Amino acid sequence: MSTPEATETGHGDISTGVAGGDSNASATRITPGNALRPEDIALEVKTGLVKPSEDVAEYALRLGDDALILAQRLGHWISRAPELEEDIALGNIALDQLGHARSFLTYAGAGMPKEDGTATSEDELAYFRREHEFRSVQLFEQPNGDFAATIARQFVVSYYQYQLYRRLTESTDATLAAIATKAVKEVDYHRDHSSQWVLRLAGGTEESRTRMIHGLRLMWPYVNELFQDDDLTRRLAEAGAGVVPSSLREDFDRLTADVLTEAELEVPDVPAAPGGGRYGKHSEHLGYLLAEMQVLAREHPGASW
Amino acid sequence: MIPHGNSETPASSATEINREAPKASPAPAEPHDRGAWGLWEVFVRSSRGLSHVHAGSLHAPDAAMALRNARDLYTRRNEGVSIWVVPADAIAASDPDSKGSFFESPQGKDYRHATYYTKSEGVKHL
Repeated sequence: MSTPEATETGHGDISTGVAGGDSNASATRITPGNALRPEDIALEVKTGLVKPSEDVAEYALRLGDDALILAQRLGHWISRAPELEEDIALGNIALDQLGHARSFLTYAGAGMPKEDGTATSEDELAYFRREHEFRSVQLFEQPNGDFAATIARQFVVSYYQYQLYRRLTESTDATLAAIATKAVKEVDYHRDHSSQWVLRLAGGTEESRTRMIHGLRLMWPYVNELFQDDDLTRRLAEAGAGVVPSSLREDFDRLTADVLTEAELEVPDVPAAPGGGRYGKHSEHLGYLLAEMQVLAREHPGASW
Repeated sequence: MIPHGNSETPASSATEINREAPKASPAPAEPHDRGAWGLWEVFVRSSRGLSHVHAGSLHAPDAAMALRNARDLYTRRNEGVSIWVVPADAIAASDPDSKGSFFESPQGKDYRHATYYTKSEGVKHL
């Protein structure tokens, strides 16, 4: 990203999300690296290089909302985790999710032009939509609960997102594929983090085991909604741009069962929640989350810091 | 407390030299008692070809989690390509109080440096 041309056109090779690879790395200098950034997508949107179809924009909005709501939830752990080290681990995961959200929402906004024809920005999507306009599934907005409940939510989310992003790296939509290529590595680590903790909490004390089992029972009703297909996902899968959620279920079930078996836990036998998050039907928790997340931007519209 | 950056000695290391046998089992306490998370020293290699350098320390219930915590704490800005974690009490460190007898003896012994010697005539490639 050092030449003016590269800056103007954003990331050169969007299919991998990496411009120039690691060729600038030095043995003595710490570099920020040059993976795909949301700013690169915004630049491509602005210059008209990329524009999602209406379906792809709606799809990106769904995935962006999932990541945004989870980032907000996880951010609440900062200064509150059981140990300083875990505080930072959860904060890192929250920031990864926020990065995915920014990329997806920036891209979604390109397919949702305002009256003046310009793209809707990531901030406008995050801060100025109302509860029923959010397209996240209900799992992501579930309260943090205790540490075990948060780990249970992370466990489900990370195994789901890993399967999803892994498949999306082959999307025919180059921007979706580029975002997924960056995200899948990060989510792979989230998967490792959550499964390590499932094993430790389940195999720790009687208290930690009880809490882990309780946490999984709290989150498992929302698993079903992750894998529900609808017309949008079927159309996108047909076009090769998206993934039919139900096709991720088998791998999810198998891989989560492996960890649960190792932890000597059972897949919770709980009824599924009705769902509907993709159409703006949310549990009672999302409104409070949005109030906290949006208050500053709504109090001072257009403020920058 | 944690992480404490580059201190001269690992916080819970033996402060005396060879007065105690090195502790045989460095495995930290079982994660049963929350207050019993062991202290680990973290070494990060910034690039292929360089050596691991002490980056700081952290608490973790076991080696696997210590590695992960080290990744989250010390490689957030592309600092590393490899991490070592070592239980702090597995490190035997020199005693800061015996600095005189330990480290000051080489002072003045300039004949231990190559520059002390004059180059012999006719010797090439020195």
